[in-house]
Amino acid sequence: MSERVAPTRTAEFEARLQKRYAAEKRFKAVGLGAILFSITVLLFLLVTMTLNGIGGFQRVEMDVPINFAEAGIAADPTAMAQPDAVNTLQAQGLAEVVAFFASKELGDEAAAEIGPDAWRDVADAIIEDPSILREEVTFSLPTSAKLASAYSGDGSPEMRKLATKLTAEGKLEKNFDVGFLSRSDATNPQQVGIWGALKGSMLTMAITLMLAFPIGVLAALYLEEYAPKNRWTDLIEVSINNLAAVPSIIFGLLGLAVFLWIFPSYRSAPLIGGMTLALMTMPVIVISGRNAIKAVPPSIRDGALAIGASPVQVVFHHVLPLALPGILTGTIIGMARALGETAPLLMIGMRAFVATPPDGFTSPATVLPVQIFLWSDEIDRGFVERTSAAIIVLLLFLLVMNGLAIYLRNKFEKKW
Amino acid sequence: MSPTILLLLALGLGLAGWLAARARAWTFKRQSTDGRIASLPSYHAWYVALWVVLPVLAFAATWSALAPGLVTQSVLADPAAAQLPAFGFQRQAILNEARNVATGAAPAVFNQQAAALVEPFRDALTFYNWTGIAATLVIAFLAGTWAFLRLKPDFAARTKVERIVMVILLGASLVAILTTIGILASLVFETVRFFGMVSPIDFLFGTHWGPDPMANASAVDGSRYGAIPLFWGTLFIGAIIAMIVAIPLGLMSAIYLTQYAAPGLRKWIKPALEILAGVPTVVYGYFAALTIAPAIRDLALALGVSNPSSESALAAGLVMGVMIIPFVSSMADDSIAAVPQAMRDGSLAMGATTSETIRRVLVPAALPGIVAGIMLAISRAIGETMIVVMAASTAANLTANPLEAMTTVTVQIVAMLTGEGSFDHPATLSAFALGFVLFMVTLGLNFVALRVVKRFREAYE
Repeated sequence: MSERVAPTRTAEFEARLQKRYAAEKRFKAVGLGAILFSITVLLFLLVTMTLNGIGGFQRVEMDVPINFAEAGIAADPTAMAQPDAVNTLQAQGLAEVVAFFASKELGDEAAAEIGPDAWRDVADAIIEDPSILREEVTFSLPTSAKLASAYSGDGSPEMRKLATKLTAEGKLEKNFDVGFLSRSDATNPQQVGIWGALKGSMLTMAITLMLAFPIGVLAALYLEEYAPKNRWTDLIEVSINNLAAVPSIIFGLLGLAVFLWIFPSYRSAPLIGGMTLALMTMPVIVISGRNAIKAVPPSIRDGALAIGASPVQVVFHHVLPLALPGILTGTIIGMARALGETAPLLMIGMRAFVATPPDGFTSPATVLPVQIFLWSDEIDRGFVERTSAAIIVLLLFLLVMNGLAIYLRNKFEKKW
Repeated sequence: MSPTILLLLALGLGLAGWLAARARAWTFKRQSTDGRIASLPSYHAWYVALWVVLPVLAFAATWSALAPGLVTQSVLADPAAAQLPAFGFQRQAILNEARNVATGAAPAVFNQQAAALVEPFRDALTFYNWTGIAATLVIAFLAGTWAFLRLKPDFAARTKVERIVMVILLGASLVAILTTIGILASLVFETVRFFGMVSPIDFLFGTHWGPDPMANASAVDGSRYGAIPLFWGTLFIGAIIAMIVAIPLGLMSAIYLTQYAAPGLRKWIKPALEILAGVPTVVYGYFAALTIAPAIRDLALALGVSNPSSESALAAGLVMGVMIIPFVSSMADDSIAAVPQAMRDGSLAMGATTSETIRRVLVPAALPGIVAGIMLAISRAIGETMIVVMAASTAANLTANPLEAMTTVTVQIVAMLTGEGSFDHPATLSAFALGFVLFMVTLGLNFVALRVVKRFREAYE
């Protein structure tokens, strides 16, 4: 121990160490920053949509008391039960009656700004309950788009003056619009609703599920349990993996060229849309299904085979029930993707203006994302809020579906 | 006849066959001396039910495809159809109108010529409806009877059912191949038609894109179909701008999540990032067009750029990049996690800091997986449609300025196919040629990425 070792921790060393530690800190901060940035963008997107969309669930309305006893509208309950009851009421001059009471209450200038289809709301109320025709009822009727945008501070100076005057008198206000969820597309943002698109989405998803789920599950069973190792099986596997990564618009081109060529009269029907989306969803179900089936331990198969079950019985009585929660999780995720898909449906013509909800798998329809796309193209300012409101509904559906998938995964996750 | 009714009919007939066959098998069982038959009664039932349902479904699918054509033919054979205008858009409109009234989809006709066709349409629809139902019943009865007559106490129903099941399973897995073939066939067929009108050289190497769907289809101006500006726009938005956003953010997120984040934090952050991938692209498109694009224009104005475009490549690319972050991050996450712990420990034991270990050891070791993830992300970005349809423009522009309007392959596919152009026009067909190029490029990227992952994954095992 006679020799002295020079101290390792020289000033130079310390400086270098400090530099390295600083670099370490910076690197960590950059990583955290990247995550925070992504989350911030997500939050910004959600907050913008929510703030814009809350207005979309409301509409500007004027209160109009209508004294039906004076109006002389006749509506016996049997006629009101007919499907053309609205036309009957229109023939009796309901629209004029509404216009008359509106100008009596609000003055001519304001009455001209009652929405052109506002009397339909009154007609719906009469059809719902014909007995109101004996009383005086106050309706909240939608205004024209011009007055509505003047209410939110845009539009021509005259309109804004009128809006200020009516608001001051307490005759013009913004109310929650229940009808937004029960009406369909229209040209006036005050009159639109999303029920038509929502129903179209549900019908399309029903077809997608009916086709993609059985085909996907059966294909996954075959590939995982029975398929011999040969070039055919490889070809099937490669094509499934590739299909899962093919851009969705290509599936739209396939639907356009093949399905609409076979069924030309079902243009823009949920049937064709569902078939197109099913081809897109199927690979997702196959891939997640194979993972779920792979996770079932071989001992279960061996046990069943040992007591005399045939290979088909092993799969359908033992493997499939155990793998089902995993397959369902994958299916829900695939369906959520299909629900948000727009491009392939544009290709097969689901972008038409559809003012009545579809009444079957073969009638023309539109779906929620396409409705959002169509409204986003409208110039009218009122559509901006409506579009955001529709986006909120779509995001809520997706959230529920993804939540269900996570719940299923946690509930049925098994460690063997 | 609607497909729903046919489907319900098939299932109902199948159920009837199932019940009948099971009853029959139970009789065998009671009559047999030892109370045993070769297969369980339910297998007899399934045998007959499958023999009823499968032929009926096959017939129903064919019939729904054929029947509309047959109806139109028989209407055209009607004398009332003689004064219809010659082939073309108007003729089709009149036929559609008459069909809608006949099926009850529309209340009344507007066109007088269509009024004369309503009755023939209604007759033809009724006739073919009943023919379809009758044929369905006959097929179900014949197939069901044939299967039912084969039932015997010693009939190996289970073996037969299982054979049918195996055929169904194989058929289901062939759907993937059929879809691939369908995609290739439809794209190739229409692309070949397009190249019959426009030379592939003009298409692939021309620098001016401006198809006119209203131009005369017989005299095509090949110089208007140069797709280079579209390919450039797609690359610029999807592979350059989007990746400048997505690669650093995705990679750093993955590194932080795997190396630094506490497990509790990771449990919350990872699903939150995955939500980014689950938001529908139409929502991103709306966000880009409504919020980001105006913000970028205002920013450019404030920085002194004269006359910036309201539809910029930058807006579409930035939002697309954010959408792609989770793809890059989860692929990087997987490949970093696959690097053996021993390599990490070795580096730390030598005195390296965590960040030095990550930069000098983990990332180089995980590079093949990261590169494959980036390739998949690029393939996703160039195939992305709605963001660019809503935020980029339809004006083809060959420039490197991200503030200018630019268009992409997918935007043009949508634009060409949602217009009013006829199906024989090169402008419409060009969408399929663009789709073919897009399909080939994404296929190539995916294929290479999967090969890279497969090849390098086993390097450490």
